[in-house]
Amino acid sequence: MNLNATWAKAWIRSSAQVMSQHRVELINLDRDIGDGDHGENMDRGFQAVLLKLDDLPPEASPADVFKLVATTLISTVGGAAGPLYGTAFLKGAAAVAGSAELDGTALVAFLTAARDGVVLRGKAESGDKTMVDAWTPAVDAAEAALAGGAHDRAILSAAAVAAEAGALATEPWIARKGRASYLGERAIGHRDPGAQSSALLLRAAADTAATA
Amino acid sequence: MIAAGGTDDGGIGTSFTKVLGGIEQADLDDGVVLLCDLGSAILTSETVLDFLADDVRARVRIVDAPLVEGGIAAAVAAEAGGDLESVVRAARLAAGAEPADPAVPSGPAAPSMAIRTVTLVNKDGLHARPAADFAKLASTFTARVTVNGKDASSLLAVMSLGLTRGMTAEISSTDENGADAVAALADLLQSGFGEK
Repeated sequence: MNLNATWAKAWIRSSAQVMSQHRVELINLDRDIGDGDHGENMDRGFQAVLLKLDDLPPEASPADVFKLVATTLISTVGGAAGPLYGTAFLKGAAAVAGSAELDGTALVAFLTAARDGVVLRGKAESGDKTMVDAWTPAVDAAEAALAGGAHDRAILSAAAVAAEAGALATEPWIARKGRASYLGERAIGHRDPGAQSSALLLRAAADTAATA
Repeated sequence: MIAAGGTDDGGIGTSFTKVLGGIEQADLDDGVVLLCDLGSAILTSETVLDFLADDVRARVRIVDAPLVEGGIAAAVAAEAGGDLESVVRAARLAAGAEPADPAVPSGPAAPSMAIRTVTLVNKDGLHARPAADFAKLASTFTARVTVNGKDASSLLAVMSLGLTRGMTAEISSTDENGADAVAALADLLQSGFGEK
């Protein structure tokens, strides 16, 4: 199967499942260096998306799926992750508007626009110990894979691996953005919850593409 | 003034829908000042702005100010007929230090064109509501008036004096046309604001 709207919906369904499964893990990460609601918020947001996914018309494009994810997350997550993920999906949707299927170039465009959306909204840079530290390595890896001639699934897989490594890399850092930045050195040793949920999301994208 | 805090189900957090609805409710074409002071509230507000029509967005301002102080200051500025930018300024000032004020006389040597000293009679003195009435009245005059050295048209400055019953307020203006303003403000204080 090509990476079309059916894949996009499968990815989002899988993400909803993953956010439920990792709810407690994300809560615990966020409790260490934030306010402890990240797992709760992500779970609530994706469950809300799940309820709306079936209402999409059969001719919906991947961009339509992503736009629905964006507006639903923005209006249901409740914490900072809502506008951040919402903007990511909104900008990502705009980058692939009109495409019924996403090839490697479109996937890189989607990931890049989504990352740029997170940066625009949160004003964080690489190394600030935020979602950006999962997204930017993912974008870089996807671009490199595309340049190396990789296909859509390999591009998503490269992005997922890089996002996971990026999230892990935040552990020894001091946070410079978000609530964890209030903690100074006490944030050292804790993985950023937003980077972790970003890695989970991109892993779900790669895994659903691999089995699609 | 529309409250738009909390999630849709009343929990802790920010609701896109509530913020968007609040803007629509508050917008009477003169502009909207959106007060928020925490991460998710600011991010959600900025996202809401992205979804607004261009002409509406152009008259919405987000001010990162302490909610209570900023809200009071902005409300008084708006009620006194201030335009969008002066409401924004009032809210911003609430976030930080008072502005340096060259017009306020710095010592007893500065001559006052008009001065009156009044003893506060109402029960709680210049608490929020009377202080708001007082600042609102002060802002209707072009003359600069001070109360115990603070800007009489600034609600927060007036409240910061902490004037309670029996305390003395010195209302003065060094402006040539300040006598009417001083008289009106002193009369208002003496009236006890209709309180016992």
